[in-house]
Amino acid sequence: MEIGHILSWVIYLPALAALALLLIPRASDKAVRQVAFWASLLTFILSLQLAYRFDASQGGMQFEESVPWIHTATYSVSHHIGIDGISLFLVILTTFLTPLAILSSWKSVTRRVKPYMICLLALETGMTGVFCALDLVLFYVFWEVMLIPMYFLIGIWGGERRIYAAVKFILYTMAGSLLMLLAILYLFFANGATTFDLVQIAERLSSGAMQLTGPEEFWLFMAFLIAFAIKVPMFPFHTWLPDAHVEAPTAGSVILAGILLKMGTYGLLRFCLPLFPAASVSAAPYISIFALIGILYGALVAMVQPDIKKLVAYSSVSHMGLVVLGIFAFTTQGLQGSTMQMLNHGLSTGALFLLVGMIYDRRHTRMISDFGGIAHVNPVLATFFMIVTLSSIGLPGLNGFVGEVLVLVGTFARNKAFAAVAALGMILGAVYMLWMYQRVFLGKLTNAANEAMTDIDLREKLILLPIVLVMLWMGVYSAPFLRPMDASLQRVQQRIERARKPEGGYRVEFRQVAPVSSERAK
Amino acid sequence: MNNDFVFLIPQFILIAAGTALMLMEPFTPPERKGRLGRTAVLAAAAAAYSLSFQWNIRPRTLLGGMLVVDNFSIFFQWLFIVIAGVSAFISMKFNERESINRGEYYALLLFACSGMCLMAASVDLILTFLGIEILSIATYILAGFKRSNARSNESSLKYFLLGSFATAFLLYGIALIYGSTASTGYSSIRALISLQGDVQGMMVAGMGLLLVGFGFKVALVPFHSWAPDVYEGAPTPVTAFMTVGPKAAGFAALLRILAQALPSMAGNWVPILWLLCILTMTLGNVVAVLQTNVKRMLAYSAIAHAGYILIGVLVNSRMGFSAVLFYLVIYTVMNLVAFSVVLSLSRQGDEHVYLNDYIGLGRKAPFAAAALSLALISLAGIPLTGGFIGKFYLFSAAVQKGFIGLAIIGVLNSVLSVFYYFRLMVYMYMREPGADMPEPESISWPVQVLIGIGALCILWLGIHPDQILTLAGYSSLALK
Repeated sequence: MEIGHILSWVIYLPALAALALLLIPRASDKAVRQVAFWASLLTFILSLQLAYRFDASQGGMQFEESVPWIHTATYSVSHHIGIDGISLFLVILTTFLTPLAILSSWKSVTRRVKPYMICLLALETGMTGVFCALDLVLFYVFWEVMLIPMYFLIGIWGGERRIYAAVKFILYTMAGSLLMLLAILYLFFANGATTFDLVQIAERLSSGAMQLTGPEEFWLFMAFLIAFAIKVPMFPFHTWLPDAHVEAPTAGSVILAGILLKMGTYGLLRFCLPLFPAASVSAAPYISIFALIGILYGALVAMVQPDIKKLVAYSSVSHMGLVVLGIFAFTTQGLQGSTMQMLNHGLSTGALFLLVGMIYDRRHTRMISDFGGIAHVNPVLATFFMIVTLSSIGLPGLNGFVGEVLVLVGTFARNKAFAAVAALGMILGAVYMLWMYQRVFLGKLTNAANEAMTDIDLREKLILLPIVLVMLWMGVYSAPFLRPMDASLQRVQQRIERARKPEGGYRVEFRQVAPVSSERAK
Repeated sequence: MNNDFVFLIPQFILIAAGTALMLMEPFTPPERKGRLGRTAVLAAAAAAYSLSFQWNIRPRTLLGGMLVVDNFSIFFQWLFIVIAGVSAFISMKFNERESINRGEYYALLLFACSGMCLMAASVDLILTFLGIEILSIATYILAGFKRSNARSNESSLKYFLLGSFATAFLLYGIALIYGSTASTGYSSIRALISLQGDVQGMMVAGMGLLLVGFGFKVALVPFHSWAPDVYEGAPTPVTAFMTVGPKAAGFAALLRILAQALPSMAGNWVPILWLLCILTMTLGNVVAVLQTNVKRMLAYSAIAHAGYILIGVLVNSRMGFSAVLFYLVIYTVMNLVAFSVVLSLSRQGDEHVYLNDYIGLGRKAPFAAAALSLALISLAGIPLTGGFIGKFYLFSAAVQKGFIGLAIIGVLNSVLSVFYYFRLMVYMYMREPGADMPEPESISWPVQVLIGIGALCILWLGIHPDQILTLAGYSSLALK
């Protein structure tokens, strides 16, 4: 069965469900949860259609839809959406994690359930919208609108210091994105005030119909870069992240780590590289160094955290640094590895936050020192935690391995020293994760309070099982995930290569992996 | 000549209704004072209706070239009449509670409205001045309408003293311009300046004094010092009126003067306004962060917004001017929604307006809290609200003309403003209320309907702004 306007459905179905929730009386929490869950599950099923119907040989946009939105004498903003190999899996990751996040709040959120679910569903619409928007203004609208539900999720249902964390989160992201708005406007006028359409602007830039001077390109690149670097978050813009992660409710952390952070790296791939290739090339060494600092710094700080959730939060800084490193290597493997690693990080960190949330629900503490040997009372939980930990540190056979190796190989081709430092970061990652695992789960049951801990129930197993299965699938047979990305990443890479040639720049091996789509070949 | 008066019917309606209200006042028994407010609202509706016949006719001048009927003036007159009508509407319950529900109050609102309409339609410095005075004198009295309240008296007196001071500047500026061009009509001033070739010193001085005068009226930094005290002390519905009405009228008159009388002096006024704009945005936002009184916070936010609007004026382009028009519409809507909620929740003596009084409002009064949040989100300029489209338009006008630095300062200010707008939401939704928190005031259903309409307008302007954007662009064509 083929559904028309499927992308619109995937984006707006959660928003429609959120509106429907408004009609349900406030008291009936059960109905609210059911509607929210089934709506998000239906969205996921719809989004699977995207993967099924996706044509992997095409590097361009698919499932495109475009209708005029704001249309006056001076502007035309269109509601232009579409996906390519880069965004396909990010959309599916979003629709995959949201029902799990809703399921994870089934029992832990008992206060103001209706607004909570409305926020989660609105958030889903915002996030899928960001990954699908092909009009710069539309992209900006989704990018900003999504902040509001996240702000409320952290601020209302968060922990002790939730207000501080929520305000910090929104101020940081707003500061970056408003500068991006100015860059968008500048691009619009530089392009003769005709269109905000990303595809057209990229086309005109790459064909030379629209020219940016060196400084123009540099500053526009910087404006976009800062917005995305804050979101990733790249060192030194990462300070909002530990606060937001630690204070957010479990579902908020899952979505924050699993999807929101990907919006930053997605933005780099979708906007910075194709629109400003020359600036990307010249900034790459510096960005890579910051990424490396992030990898090491995140890992070292994670190592000394007494709080499991904070440890996972800092590990995100480290892992996302690796994604940025891979992107700015501009090699096939680096780009592939980074895109893959976005998915991996979404799954493994999302799962880690879910697990930490489950532990917290039982003991109302997240301090490592309060635990020890709880594998004795929670064998199933401990098993799941082990698998996810191994996935997070990149054990072969699980998903993390594929991405990490590709990024390291890709970086190695560019710069051997960078790759060596990044590999060191990976080792550190194994150290802090395994050490934490050992202190929490292994050894003797030291704290008497933990003896009464119950093992995870069916609902919790149902949350974790799909994630673990996907992890195994991606680790054992990653081709179905890598293949659709190829053609689209190839385009990005070619754009970079063409910009690099005139200056010479620093040399890189460039190997063709997939056939180039026809219109680009000329 | 007779024909001219047809175009003044809206003015006649406003003034006649105002006079009638003053006559009705002594004959209305206390328990039936409600009809006074209703009369004012009906008069505003009638004036708006009679105005609609003038839309899109061939521009023409009236009264010997002092007034002009064009889309620009109609656009603003509509806006002013709506502002006056809504202000009268939200005042009714408030005035009853504060026992100031008197006919003069509504009469003054209508007189102020007719003054604003004159300001938008005038193309002669003398008539502009008259319009400003009609507006100002009415607002001086309105600010002090709670006669027994010291704050209200202070507000009125401060406004009056500083306002007269500003008037003197304005008048002196007009005199200097008259001295160097021998005219007060905009088109002849413009013609004479271009005839003279280079700009005289006296002309520049006159323009500078004029800008100071307008700076006072629309509360630009450093001429803003009256605004917070006046806004805080005045009765809340009057504050709501003052933050939108006189401000919009001041910008309308300023736009006309700059674009129609002094376009060739742009080299002189653009840098001055550039500086005022940056000062206004920055000071307004920085000080708003420090406020704990919601009324006062909104007062500083009003100052900051005057700064954003000034961006559109000083870029001196068609896009900038139409952005000003659009922004004034959305600014009016969101500010009136915010103030309607604030005043509906306030208590006897205009109390209960501190941040702490809003703790837990999200649960106790979900509708009011949601509407106020929407207005705040829009004031902060977040997408899907009209405030975003307005700012988007203003900033794009700045980027188009190469005012990149100004645009960057503008967006950084927006980030700052997010802090204090969202802080109010923190209080409403995220703080846990103590046990001794009183129940919030209930809002009467007509006001709820009005707030609901306002909230829908905010969303409508954010999601489907085409019509109003086109209307603003079309109306601003009259300026050049």
